[in-house]
Amino acid sequence: MEIPYTVEPRPDTGVYNAKLGIWLFLASEVMLFGALFSSYVLLRVGATTWPHGYEHLNIPLATVNTVVLITSSVTMVMSWASLAMKDIRKYRVYMGSTVALACVFLVIKGFEYAAKFEHGLYPSGSTFLAIYFTLTGLHGLHIIGGIIVNCYLLGPGTRMWKTDPARFTNRVEVAGLYWHFVDLVWIFLFPVLYLL
Amino acid sequence: METASAESVRKHVRVYVTVFVALMALTLITVTISTLHLQPAAAIIVALCIAALKASLVAAYFMHLISEKKLIYAALTLTVVLFLVLMVLPVSHFADRGL
Repeated sequence: MEIPYTVEPRPDTGVYNAKLGIWLFLASEVMLFGALFSSYVLLRVGATTWPHGYEHLNIPLATVNTVVLITSSVTMVMSWASLAMKDIRKYRVYMGSTVALACVFLVIKGFEYAAKFEHGLYPSGSTFLAIYFTLTGLHGLHIIGGIIVNCYLLGPGTRMWKTDPARFTNRVEVAGLYWHFVDLVWIFLFPVLYLL
Repeated sequence: METASAESVRKHVRVYVTVFVALMALTLITVTISTLHLQPAAAIIVALCIAALKASLVAAYFMHLISEKKLIYAALTLTVVLFLVLMVLPVSHFADRGL
């Protein structure tokens, strides 16, 4: 049986099913990160002293990571735009760049974590470190999830371009919506944890 | 976006590049301001306003929310309301204690 509304919009919703699905998933993700941000506010406001992020964390590395992630968002949306313009070669370049940039982000994050561990700074060290590792760790897991999906779309998933290009283009758009959300979370994590 | 023509996508691409430059500039601005070590209240307001602006640009243009269907807007409006409730919870906790 064929899956309905993978390309054409469903009359009652006005969008193809996967798009509504990803937005509902992202709504649940907003609540997941929202609960953690809310906990952060509660802990920070209730604490008698709270370290400044810039005293303990590496701002230059985090700034580079911000640039890397924003750039990967642009390459992701460009990969979708390339498919919409029927250019599979450019799609591969942009999607490959997105995956590569995501890996760069994780490597830099790895260096940051390693530096903390070398100095004996673990999540159990303080409330600040606990919330720092929880938020950046959960965000890092989302990056890994995005890399897996994007690698599939770059590798075996590309086969669909020959059989059903419109559906494949929509798949890339949906994966892009998730990826931009991961970027969006970092846009808030960066000032909240590092700069304030 | 499902009916996007090649020509309209080309226009999108120019917008993406502009948004990218704006996001880079805002990142530079927020990092520069953080080195001034403003008063906590001012620092929080400035940093969060810049973050909200950057997030709006990503959501509006990269996630195409600037031209989306009503149902998606409805779902996201509910999400924003519930998110605000989450953010108000810690504040109400301290208000209760008269702090």
